[in-house]
Amino acid sequence: MIDKLLGALVPLTAAAVAFALGAIMLVALGANPFEGLQALFDGAFGSGDRLAATAVRATPLILVGAGITIAFRTSVINIGGESQIIAGALLSTIAALSFPGLTPYLLVPLVLLAGFIGGGIAGAIPGALKAYASVNEILSTIMLNLIMVQFMNYLLRGPLIDPYELEAGTRIPQTERLSDNASLPTLIDGTRLHLGVPIAVAAAVAAYFLLWRTPVGFRLRAVGHSPKAARAAGINVKGNITLALGLSGALAGLAGAILVFGSQGQRMVTDGSAAGFTGNAGFNGIVAALFGGLHPLWTVPSAFLFGALLTGATQLQRVLQVPASLAVALNGIIVIFVISSSRVRVRLKKLLENSSLLNKPDQEETTEAT
Amino acid sequence: MDDFFTTSVLVATAAAAIRLATPYLLAALGETIGQRSGVLNLGVDGVMLLSAFFAYWTVLSTGNLWLAVLVALLVGLIMGVIYAVITVFFEATQGISGIGIFIFGLGFSDLMFRQQVGTPKPVPRLPSINIPFLADLPYVGEPLFQRSLMTYLAFGLVPLTVVLLNKTTFGLNVRAVGENPQAADSLGVSVERTRFAAIMIGNAFAGLAGAALVLQLGIFQPNLTQGMGFIAVALVYFGAWRPWGVMGGALLYGVVNATVLQWKALGIIPVSISDLAGMAPAILTIGALILLARRVHAPAALTKPFSRH
Repeated sequence: MIDKLLGALVPLTAAAVAFALGAIMLVALGANPFEGLQALFDGAFGSGDRLAATAVRATPLILVGAGITIAFRTSVINIGGESQIIAGALLSTIAALSFPGLTPYLLVPLVLLAGFIGGGIAGAIPGALKAYASVNEILSTIMLNLIMVQFMNYLLRGPLIDPYELEAGTRIPQTERLSDNASLPTLIDGTRLHLGVPIAVAAAVAAYFLLWRTPVGFRLRAVGHSPKAARAAGINVKGNITLALGLSGALAGLAGAILVFGSQGQRMVTDGSAAGFTGNAGFNGIVAALFGGLHPLWTVPSAFLFGALLTGATQLQRVLQVPASLAVALNGIIVIFVISSSRVRVRLKKLLENSSLLNKPDQEETTEAT
Repeated sequence: MDDFFTTSVLVATAAAAIRLATPYLLAALGETIGQRSGVLNLGVDGVMLLSAFFAYWTVLSTGNLWLAVLVALLVGLIMGVIYAVITVFFEATQGISGIGIFIFGLGFSDLMFRQQVGTPKPVPRLPSINIPFLADLPYVGEPLFQRSLMTYLAFGLVPLTVVLLNKTTFGLNVRAVGENPQAADSLGVSVERTRFAAIMIGNAFAGLAGAALVLQLGIFQPNLTQGMGFIAVALVYFGAWRPWGVMGGALLYGVVNATVLQWKALGIIPVSISDLAGMAPAILTIGALILLARRVHAPAALTKPFSRH
C-alpha cells in the first residue's frame, strides 16, 4: 500500500519539480510562464485535431517505451531505439516499394510486419553481441544508432531517393511518395488519428501479457532477476537476452513503420540526422517507460503525457516564440528527477514503516530482515 | 589512390587526424577517471553540447577565446556537481541518469542556440601555436607541433592522468572505490567524496572537450557533437581503462575520420557512398569491442552505486 502510493507520488512530485524548472526557464527566456502553460495545454488538448496530433505523437513513444520495459525487465538496457526505429522504417519502406500494387488488406500488414522485423534485427544484433561475445549492450546499441543514421542517409540520398529530387536537383534525402495502399487508414475524418494509435496501445497490452502471463515472459523476467538462478533452472540465458533486445527493437521498428505510413507525406524523410526522422522518439520512449514505472500498461498514459508535451511545445513556439526544444530539455530534467527519486522512495518507505503510527507488531520482523 | 600517398596529403591527413582526435581524447580521458572510480557517465555528449554552446556564445559576444574555454570548463564543473549528486547521493541508475543528462544537454543547447543566436555565425578559431624549432621539422612538424593549445593540453593530460591515477593517494583511492568500495570504505576512504571528485574531474574534461570541438570548427549548430560523447565512452572500453590505451583509441578514431574526409575530398570514395564510409568508425568500434570484451578487466564496481546500508 505505502509502496504503491509512494510509487505514484514520488515520480509525480519529481515531474512537478521539473515543470517548475521549466517555468523558471520560460521566465529566463522572457516569456510569461502562465501564458506558456496555457499555450502548452492548448496546443496539446485544445481541439479534437490537436488531441489526435498528441495521440499520434505519443504512438512511437508507446511502442519504444513498451519495448524498453521488456528489455529492462530482462536486465538489459536498450539505448538503440533510434537505430531500431530507422531499421524498421527502412525495411517497411522497401516492402512498400517492392509491392506497391498489393491490396491495402495485405500491404498494410506487410509494411507493419517489415517494420517489426527490421527493428527486431537491429535489436537482436546487440542482444546477440551481449549474450555470445560479452559486448556491453549500452555501447553496442549506441554504436548502432550512429551506424544506422549513416545507412539511412546513404539509402535516402542514393538508391531510395525520390527521382523528383534528383531531377530538381534539390536532393532532399527522402523517398518518393509511397503507395497509398500502404497508408494507415484514418480513424476519425478530419483529424490525423490513424490506425497506428490503437496498434501501439494493443502492442503495449501484448507486452504486458507476454511478460506476466506467458512462459516466455516468465523466462525473460527470471533472467532479469538473476541470470545465475535462471541458468540453474535450465533457462537459456543467452537466448533470452537476445530475444529481449530483439523484441524491444521489434516494437521500436514497428514505430518506425508507423512513422512512415502514418505520416501526411506518406514517405520516409530526414534532414540528415537521426532526430530528423525519429523526432528523438528512441530516447523519449525511454523517458516514457521510466515515467510509467517500467510497466508496459503505464507506459501508455505516460507516453500520452509526453506526446502532449511535445505537441504543446510546437504551439509554445508559435505563440510565444520559445523554441520547441524546451520540451526536450524538460524531458531530460524529468528523467534525472524520476531516476533520482527511486532512492528517495526506498528511504521514505523505510522511514514510514519504522514510524510508530504505521508499524504493526507483526511487520517488525520483516522490516528488520530487509 | 596515388593522390593520397603523396607527402603533402599524408602530412595534412595526419595533422587533421590529431586535430579531430582532440575532443575525443579530452572527453574519453575524463570518462576514464570517472569509470575508474566506478561511475559510468553516459551524459558526456550532453555536457559537450552544453559547454560547446556556451563557449561559442562567449566568443560570439566577447571575442575572447580563453574566456570561452574557461566558461566551458565551468559548465563542465556545474554538470559534474549535478551528475555527482544524482549518482553518488541519490544512488540513481547510472546508465539512465546519463541519458537524462544527454537529453537535457541536447535540448537545452538547442533551445539556447535558437533563442540567443538563431542562425549559425562563424567565430574565430583557436590559433595554432608553433613550437620553436620542432614546428619546422620535416613531416612531423606540421601534425605534431603546429597545433592549438587545446590539442597540446589534451595530449599533455595523458601522462598527467597516468600519474594522477597511479602515483597519487587520490588515484589510489579512485581505483580502490572503483574496484571494491566496501573494502575502501572499511579502510576509511570516503567512497562518496572520492567518486564526487572523480566525476567532477571527468565532467570538467568533457567541458574542455566541448570547447575544443567548437573552437576548432569555429561554428555551432544544434546537435553539433552528433554522438561524439558516446564514442568517447566507447573509447574508454577500447583503451581498457588506461589513459595511453584511450589515447591510442582516440588517435585511431582521428586517423579513420581524417582519412575518410580526405578520401572524400580526393574523390577516392565516390560521393554516392560517402555516407556508407561514415559508418566505418562505429563499425570499427563494435569490432574492437568484440575482440576486447573478454580480454580486458573493467573496474569491478563500475555502474554499481555504493550504499553502506
